[in-house]
Amino acid sequence: MNFDIPALIGRSTLSRIQALGQSGIFLAIAFIKAFLPPFRIIRLIKEIEFIGSKSFLIVAVTGLFTGMVLGLQGYHTLTQFGAEALLGSAVALSIIRELGPVLCALMVTGRAGSAIAAQIGIMKITDQFPALEMMAIDPVKYVISPKIIAGIISLPLLTAVFDVIGIMGGYLVGVKLLGVNEGAYFSKMVSAVTFTDIYGGILKSLSFGLLIAWISSFMGFMAEPTTEGVSTATTNAVVLTSLSILIVDYILTSLLL
Amino acid sequence: MIRVENLVKKYGNTVASNRLNCRFEQGKVTVILGGSGSGKSTLLRQITGLERPDSGAVYFDGMDLALATQKKLYEKRRKMGMLFQGSALFNYLNIFENIAFPLREHTKIAESVIKTIVTMKLEMVGLRGTEKLMPSQLSGGMMKRVGLARAIVMDPKIIFYDEPTSGLDPISTGVIGKLIMDLNSKLNITSVVVSHDIESCFKIADKIIILFYGDIIAEGSVDEIRNSEDLRVKQFINGEPEGPIPFNRTDKNYLDELLMEQE
Repeated sequence: MNFDIPALIGRSTLSRIQALGQSGIFLAIAFIKAFLPPFRIIRLIKEIEFIGSKSFLIVAVTGLFTGMVLGLQGYHTLTQFGAEALLGSAVALSIIRELGPVLCALMVTGRAGSAIAAQIGIMKITDQFPALEMMAIDPVKYVISPKIIAGIISLPLLTAVFDVIGIMGGYLVGVKLLGVNEGAYFSKMVSAVTFTDIYGGILKSLSFGLLIAWISSFMGFMAEPTTEGVSTATTNAVVLTSLSILIVDYILTSLLL
Repeated sequence: MIRVENLVKKYGNTVASNRLNCRFEQGKVTVILGGSGSGKSTLLRQITGLERPDSGAVYFDGMDLALATQKKLYEKRRKMGMLFQGSALFNYLNIFENIAFPLREHTKIAESVIKTIVTMKLEMVGLRGTEKLMPSQLSGGMMKRVGLARAIVMDPKIIFYDEPTSGLDPISTGVIGKLIMDLNSKLNITSVVVSHDIESCFKIADKIIILFYGDIIAEGSVDEIRNSEDLRVKQFINGEPEGPIPFNRTDKNYLDELLMEQE
């Protein structure tokens, strides 16, 4: 065997760029098909239930403890400057701007993203896609499109839940436990949080919802038709989605600030 | 019913279909036989429109599936049923929902009528009473029978069977064979069976096509195939390890390869 290093580098670069292109086309087709009749409202509702409402509990618990930790940490830092009255705005801003969208998306990736990749991968190795084809049902429109739309709808809602519960968690620890003034907690929050913060959070969660459904579906769809293929696809879906969430978060933050 | 003309399909350097010409007659059971890698599954995927050929044509009811738009192809698919090798049942739906699936997707039939139709189809495959079970709770043979019930639920004109008996015990094999013949004789459904199970195919076939590395090497009735003088056909139907069909996949000389390792 002779190793031709430039050829190896070239080949792997080409195949990566090709996969990137494929995933773009995949998303475009799935997205367009979502808006062509016949509309599959029931499929969409089922996917929103799967990605959204089944993630509710895990997102709520994550939100509660994130808010509580922020309350604790924020209080101890702020008391050093005698500024514990600012706790409300500190908790709210860090949750609404960053932690809400990012942590919520990471939790949903772990729960729903892996399940999406595994489900699609299993459908692939058991010939369920050609079976749909043979029944004159478009597999992409039936399976993938509702997942993409459901991701975009679910994530902002889950993030909103995360934000509210997180702020309440900060309130519990800051006000009820550590004795910060209740009026100060909320009034500082109201004056500090602007519409841009909320808008930025929603924009982020929309993008993360798209990323989760897109990358997880694509990984499942492109899985090698073997059991190893499906397990690799599931792992890759979680790793790649989590990484892209963090990277896209940085890019969006830099654009919004 | 289906006419295949000069069908060519290549994967890299492997020729899976080498200028194939054949016909699948209305109301007949046609069996495509061949070993692994003979291109029989590729041929099936092309005549069902799941894959497009590199060149050539597949005429189904007078329309070339190779050039058809998705809409036209889907119209023709309403007349097709297919039993997949692994049954391809939807793992998140129970047996009833699996069979009712095409009806619910394509028709506006009332639920009560759907229930009647599903019960009738389950009775045909002898599995009434399994409606509430999930596919994972069934054995391989039962899954194939459910797959068959789903394939015939829209009353297709033609049914494709991909390895219908592979991995089944002798009794299940017999049951599936009988079902194929029943559907064919009672409902006049055209059947296309892809298989390497020679014995059960000889029982059900009106016509046999034998593929060998992308070429049709024999075509005819069961008797014609049995009495064929072609050495490759003889070796295949008798399952002989020695003959013109090589067991080894490589062309490299064995001795050369061993000596090369030493260098």
